[in-house]
Amino acid sequence: MTEIYQSHWPLTFLIFFPLLGALAAWLAGEENAKRVALAAGVVELAVAIPLFGAYQPGATDCGMGGAAASQMQNCAAIPWFGEWGIFYRIGMDGISLFMVLLTALLLPLMVLGSWTYIRERRRGFYASLLALTTGVVGVFVALDMFLFYVFWEIMLIPMYFLIGIWGGKERIYAAVKFFLFTAVGSLLMLVAILWLFLRTGGTSFSYFDFLNLQLTGSQQLFLFLAFSLAFAIKVPVFPFHTWLPHAHVQAPTAGSVILAGVLLKMGTYGFIRFAVPLFPNVARAESTVWWAMALGVVGILYTAMVAKVQPNAKRLVAYTSVAHLGFVILGIFAYNLQGMQGALMVMIGHGLSTPMLFFLLGMMYERRHSYEIDDFGGLAASVPLLSTMLVFAAMASIGLPGTAGFLSEFLVLIGAFGAQPWFALIAGLGVIFAAYYMLPMVQKVAFNALSRPANRDIPDLNGRELAILLPLALLIVLLGVYPKPVLERMEASAAQVLELARQDRLAPDPVNFVPDVASSAAGR
Amino acid sequence: MIVQTTQPLIDLSRSGDYFWALLPEIFLALWAMGVLLADVFQKGNRSEPSRPLIPWLSLGGLFLTALLNGWVFARMMPGSETGTADWGLAAGPAMIAMDGVRFFSNYVILLAAGLAIVMSMGYLDRRGINRGEFHALVLFAALGMMLMAGSRDLLMVFIALELMSIAIYVLVGFDRLDARSTEGSLKYFLLGAFSSAFFLFGIALTWGATGTSDIAQIGELISGGAVKVTPMLLAGMGMLMVGFGFKVAAMPFHMWTPDAYDGAPTPVTALMSTGVKAAAFAAFIRVFVQGFGGAYEHWVEITGLLAMITMIGGNLVALTQGSVKRMLAYSSIAHAGYLLVALAAGRGSGVAAFLFYLLIYTLMTAGAFALVVANSNEHGEERVALEDWAGFAHQKPLLAAMFGVFLLSLAGFPLTAGFLGKIYILRSAVDAGLAPLAVVLVLASLLSYFYYLRVIVVMYMRPARTPDEHRHAWLPRPAMAATALAAVLVVGLFFFGGVSTRSVTGPMRWAERSAATLFSRPAGAQFPAGAPAPAVQPAVARLP
Repeated sequence: MTEIYQSHWPLTFLIFFPLLGALAAWLAGEENAKRVALAAGVVELAVAIPLFGAYQPGATDCGMGGAAASQMQNCAAIPWFGEWGIFYRIGMDGISLFMVLLTALLLPLMVLGSWTYIRERRRGFYASLLALTTGVVGVFVALDMFLFYVFWEIMLIPMYFLIGIWGGKERIYAAVKFFLFTAVGSLLMLVAILWLFLRTGGTSFSYFDFLNLQLTGSQQLFLFLAFSLAFAIKVPVFPFHTWLPHAHVQAPTAGSVILAGVLLKMGTYGFIRFAVPLFPNVARAESTVWWAMALGVVGILYTAMVAKVQPNAKRLVAYTSVAHLGFVILGIFAYNLQGMQGALMVMIGHGLSTPMLFFLLGMMYERRHSYEIDDFGGLAASVPLLSTMLVFAAMASIGLPGTAGFLSEFLVLIGAFGAQPWFALIAGLGVIFAAYYMLPMVQKVAFNALSRPANRDIPDLNGRELAILLPLALLIVLLGVYPKPVLERMEASAAQVLELARQDRLAPDPVNFVPDVASSAAGR
Repeated sequence: MIVQTTQPLIDLSRSGDYFWALLPEIFLALWAMGVLLADVFQKGNRSEPSRPLIPWLSLGGLFLTALLNGWVFARMMPGSETGTADWGLAAGPAMIAMDGVRFFSNYVILLAAGLAIVMSMGYLDRRGINRGEFHALVLFAALGMMLMAGSRDLLMVFIALELMSIAIYVLVGFDRLDARSTEGSLKYFLLGAFSSAFFLFGIALTWGATGTSDIAQIGELISGGAVKVTPMLLAGMGMLMVGFGFKVAAMPFHMWTPDAYDGAPTPVTALMSTGVKAAAFAAFIRVFVQGFGGAYEHWVEITGLLAMITMIGGNLVALTQGSVKRMLAYSSIAHAGYLLVALAAGRGSGVAAFLFYLLIYTLMTAGAFALVVANSNEHGEERVALEDWAGFAHQKPLLAAMFGVFLLSLAGFPLTAGFLGKIYILRSAVDAGLAPLAVVLVLASLLSYFYYLRVIVVMYMRPARTPDEHRHAWLPRPAMAATALAAVLVVGLFFFGGVSTRSVTGPMRWAERSAATLFSRPAGAQFPAGAPAPAVQPAVARLP
């Protein structure tokens, strides 16, 4: 058992098993698709959980990449397009670990959350959901840039279908907007990846080989921008966030859950793993830090104010995502251990609390067919269990002490204070703002007078719904009061990223911007 | 580069050896006549549709031609299995090339013709135009294409081009009672004749400047410095480029394309956008990369410009189309632009990228047109308007899924071979120092996402007008099997396109080897007196 968990097989299984599950769900037919999908989700989670125990920070040598890979475990490098240096190259460090676990955790919950919500074309739905998981897990463990790009792109298609087919009224607009925004960013990243590939002499797509390239300042700048655009759109960082509310509001519950839970983290993960370590000189330059932190802070404050005035609860929660991920950006670009660990903790904490909120909103929607805050009121009297959960999830999202949100945002603020005190001060306001937009929503939904008769006879949470919410609630509290097992597993990896970011890989400036011009011209 | 010391088995200075060199083409010509006669004898004097035997007979002929093609390539060219065949430039002038580019293109052309014939099964009956000439004409067109892709002499290119074009003119207007089919045919014919004149003029000027019409010799003369790049040669190159531009439907020489593609029976449209394009591009590459390779700096910019205009223009106009068939016509213009990028990248990896993309492009385009054939009403009329596809996925999930695969591949999305092909072209462009072209290619494919996705949106996300609107959407079994196979290949080639082991050679490696033979020098090649031996750098050395 332990030997297997040292090998790449658990990761390979986690990547490709959902694809098999998707096929099985499709073949199982309309009625049984959800059962097959649930079984697949449970298996995925069961395989993923031991990864947590098996992970030893900094214990093994990965067999590739040298010092830069010292935190990587469960590695594999199997030739794929050998002649191009494209490998099936995967591995996992303390950062990937928790993203993979989060994905595996949310998968069965999403299936349960869609149990009665999805009534049409169910097998297509569950097949898409599982196929999406393949792409997401792949993104978090890929160490070959080609492989990474492939996973990054293929996850778009199932998500596009999830929004476009099973979404709300304006689903097509939302789906197309989601797709095109993401595609714009990633295509430029593709050119950047190809350019770096040619810089290695056209021999390797390995992340670690890319880490060894010496690039001039302007090259680093352009490449950093190309990567950052792709990631910033995905996060989304403030001016690129406009696709997110549409996608969230129109997506079905499971779509919103995975979008908020893990898809957005792919963007911040991209910053941590790729944009920052690959182009360290530009990434840690003063102006870059200033801009990144400014955008993060603006994101926190601006979206908090926008969230406040939303009449639609789902849209409100969507905007809170932008605010939370602003903290992540702040933490990353603080370039210290507290900031980085805080950012990672926000990613995890937000990956638990926001899905919980979306699940709850989905449950409310199933009962009342509305996301409008004004359609509710006084739910505490009619459905006490649901209201309790809603209050809890809202508190977790605000970041009440004792929940995961508090600790993580606190760490980020400490880190940011060490780097840019002013930004940290302003961002600190964001924590207050979270209460400012979240509490009135909770009050209007749960506590105001039970004025609408429709809200009187709705059923409270059933066992299935509790089975979705309780694990999330439990983990939120656990992370809030005893984060040590998580922090100790990610600490070395976070330090490693910072070390890579501190490297100096600046090549002397005037070098051919286009690689190989001389040799290919001589070839003619 | 390993220099072959063995004498080639075919020496084209002996005219008798042309029989072996041209064996696939000769066989196909005879077979096509046989198909024509078989149809006549079967029907006698009666006016009735052809028997189902005829298409199968044609397919058999194509299959045997493919086998012969492989046989000639492998057995008659020592070293072809290992990629060291050295027949690129047989000594002295020759009419037909013996290199990997020809044989690779032949396979693609035969594949395209085969897919067109499979697609026409059932389709011709529903449109009431099932006559045996159709299949014979497809075979003749394929013959012309093969000759065009294999010609080593400009005059031969011209003859092959006419052979191909005349067959295609007739095929476009095959539904002679249909106004749009006739209109497309007439337009194509008039503009095609016009472009032939340009082409011929270009040949004359090139001959005047170099004193030969043998493409390989022109290449030797120019790169060896024996012939200076004179205005006359430049004018000849320009004329040839215009002529080829017409045939490959590059902008701004594309005016005939939408009408001809839209009016032609859909299997013919598929053949035109795959086979004709493959043949014209193969000749384009041979004439420019091999023939005018020494004057690369004189044509790279204009080709790059042509590529940019074609990519951006084709995609922009495709955006505005309300008909799926017309959209595919413009998208094929855009793809001609991508192929032009590979041409502009020139030597080595550019040609390899071109060949690889050609194969993938043929699979995905023919597949997409097969789906256009499938979506027809009970009278066999195609339902090509975008709205006619609403809810298609709910009623015909398998057909819709296949169309989705083809569209995503055309858009160049990962998990499909189209992505790999585009990466290959991008790589060759960046490698050749044409990074701006690569960026334009990427932005152009971004544009293409809009219209390919729109079809998927309509198929999957809009409800159908009536619950059984698409009940007549159907492909006969052979066409279904071929389309499904194409879809599987489009996905499979993404994973296995680059695989090559001792026993298996993936298409990517195969394309690289085929491309490399275009630049290889024969042992003991005779160069014109007075000209220094050109320093042809073996392209294979630069390939990974």
